[in-house]
Amino acid sequence: MEKNQENISLVTADGTPLKISLARAQRRSKIIAFLMVFPLLLFITIAFIGPIADMLMLSVDNSIVKKILPKSAEALQKWDEYSGQLPDEEVFAAIVEEIKQAKASKQHTKIGSRFNYESSGFSSLFRKTGRKVKKIKSPPFKDGLIKADKRWGEIYTWQVIKQNSSNYTDGYYLAALDFKREFSSGNIKSLESKDSIYLKLFFRTILLSTLITFLTFVIGFPLSYMLSSVSTRISNILIIFVLLPFWTSLLVRTTSWIALLQQEGVINDFLLLVGFINEDGRLAMIHNATGTVVAMTHILLPFMVLPLFSVMKTIPKSYVRAAISLGAHPWKAFWKIYFPNTGPGIGAGSILVFILAIGYYITPALVGGSSGTFISNRIAYHISSSLNWGLGSAIGVILLGIVLLFFVLYHRIVGINNMKLG
Amino acid sequence: MEKSEAYVSFKNVQKSYDGETLVVKDLNLDTERGEFLTMLGPSGSGKTTCLMMLAGFETVTHGEIILDGTSINNVPPHKRNIGMVFQNYALFPHMTVNENLAFPLQVRKMSKSDIEDRVKKILDMVQLGAFGSRRPMQLSGGQQQRIAVARALVFEPKLVLMDEPLGALDKQLREQMQYEIKDIHENLGVTVVYVTHDQSEALTMSNRIAVFDDGVIQQLAVPDVLYEKPENAFVAQFIGENNTLNGKVKELDGEICIVEVSSGETVKALAVNIEGVGHSTMISLRPERVTVNPESGQCSSTVSGIVEELIYLGDHIRSRMNVCGHNDFIVKIPNSANHAELKPGDKVQVGWKAEDARALDVPVQT
Repeated sequence: MEKNQENISLVTADGTPLKISLARAQRRSKIIAFLMVFPLLLFITIAFIGPIADMLMLSVDNSIVKKILPKSAEALQKWDEYSGQLPDEEVFAAIVEEIKQAKASKQHTKIGSRFNYESSGFSSLFRKTGRKVKKIKSPPFKDGLIKADKRWGEIYTWQVIKQNSSNYTDGYYLAALDFKREFSSGNIKSLESKDSIYLKLFFRTILLSTLITFLTFVIGFPLSYMLSSVSTRISNILIIFVLLPFWTSLLVRTTSWIALLQQEGVINDFLLLVGFINEDGRLAMIHNATGTVVAMTHILLPFMVLPLFSVMKTIPKSYVRAAISLGAHPWKAFWKIYFPNTGPGIGAGSILVFILAIGYYITPALVGGSSGTFISNRIAYHISSSLNWGLGSAIGVILLGIVLLFFVLYHRIVGINNMKLG
Repeated sequence: MEKSEAYVSFKNVQKSYDGETLVVKDLNLDTERGEFLTMLGPSGSGKTTCLMMLAGFETVTHGEIILDGTSINNVPPHKRNIGMVFQNYALFPHMTVNENLAFPLQVRKMSKSDIEDRVKKILDMVQLGAFGSRRPMQLSGGQQQRIAVARALVFEPKLVLMDEPLGALDKQLREQMQYEIKDIHENLGVTVVYVTHDQSEALTMSNRIAVFDDGVIQQLAVPDVLYEKPENAFVAQFIGENNTLNGKVKELDGEICIVEVSSGETVKALAVNIEGVGHSTMISLRPERVTVNPESGQCSSTVSGIVEELIYLGDHIRSRMNVCGHNDFIVKIPNSANHAELKPGDKVQVGWKAEDARALDVPVQT
């Protein structure tokens, strides 16, 4: 009995346990709250999270090989790719049959392009073999296939196929990070720096995004300070000017920078007029990194100003006054007292601008030229031009990883709770 | 003689923000060394502006402010060496209590050990010795208030300004802090200029009170004089509770005047601030100076009234009566052994001594 009494939980007047009673009382409001977010939840799941997750799966997906060449892939498992011998007749028989089937359903070029991502030449190998495979009617299929294209007689060809025959591949990630698998030995080695594409682009994207973030801070801080110190009536008008770019198309803003910065543009003409440069010395300020930085600093500036402004507005004037009355020079009062209190705004503005910048696409594409494009432009290229969706997805996943990494770093250093977005 | 004693003095100070209206009109005010002077007034009366001019955060439009014999009009605020306690404390949230207190010492380039000593000493003085490593946000309102006072005192200024420092505290804490600030003032002997709109706070703490209204000092006096002998209608109404009777001066007999109130009765009052026979006046009468059913000869003026409402308040009974056509005439009846037993609707006589009724100017209706 005594033990029971110790464990007894609180009950309401009619004897129901308090917790159950409380849950019952709150259930209705919980259901209503859930119903209110349900449409959004449904929309996001179907239209956003699902497709993106599916897209990201493409970065490791390699099921096409097992789908089109199931028997060959199976038969190849028995073959030791480092033995120095070609695979058995069984493998050749399987692949001839499967290429025939693939040709009939016009799938042989797809499998060719898949292997071509790993090693160039496979596209033409499969296309050519597809044309000739009808003639190989009887065994030995080995000789027939090598006759159709002598590359089938090279061990390397089979090494590539075997090493890329599982359902998942790391090949896209290796390519996205400028690594190359040597199929003859199975080793992974990094590309020489002159051949490096993606690492250079990742590095440039991070570097330029940092520079853009810094510039928006340098321009945005005094502006926000001014906005927060004038009367509400004036600051409301000025905030409209800050927000004005949001109501103008991104394309219009970007192309207007082309008009301003191009070699025959307004700024160059002006510099020529005042004699700062001569006709041959017109500055190249667009279609390079300068163009990207200038245009993006302009476009992303509001994202720095708004959080800064909202934080600065809440810092009482009396802080600086108190510091001055305590004997600090106004500059010192600003630096030691005011500035540290703008931290949450600086943090929020910086992380916002940086994360937006790192994934920016349109502006670098229009004004970036070759030295000012970002990694996102490469993703777009693989998704819409080269149609190597696997590689595009892999780069996308890595970019997402970088953003999350910066977010975690920010949380460690500044603390996410210290962020104030407005 | 008086001029040599003045520590802070405002001389013909005027202040305008927009060039069209004056918020401070020709202010002259002297503060003695070691004095606790309060500037009391409703919001917009110019009291805070005066304090800010003294601190150096507002410029003086005309006139001069003199601190310890020298004009400080052109001394920037950080060189004035004046301690200041702000309305919402203005403790630096990103610093600990110790860092807050060390700040004025650090900017004065004191040595580390001196800073530590002073911070410790001042923390002990405000009885918060154990809270040095906390952030201001982790302290209660009263504790923050003490730290704000400590910070304004830690660099040992001769003059400390306080801008409604207790406004954010609840009533009980406010009263306790009033005594603590007063104690500190008495122990350290600093000069304090204190701004508040709370008249009871001003009466409790100050040596002298300057009542501000409309940019002008209405009266500058010690607390009891201010309460008992207001010189004009504004002060009478602003300080404490007050009954008013409007009327016209009929006769003037030395210090005493006879006033015919608007309902027709004639009463005697002390002529304090009247223009002369035939002019309007407002009689001010404290509720505790009114006697109910006085014995004959006890009072110089007696009129009849009807009890409208009674509120029992323990130590006294507050009675609202209809007297001379005013139905908001308040009488405080002390809860003494044989006080008058009243019921609403009772007809009573109320009386007062002529010197307790002060005939003042008629306030401008706005």
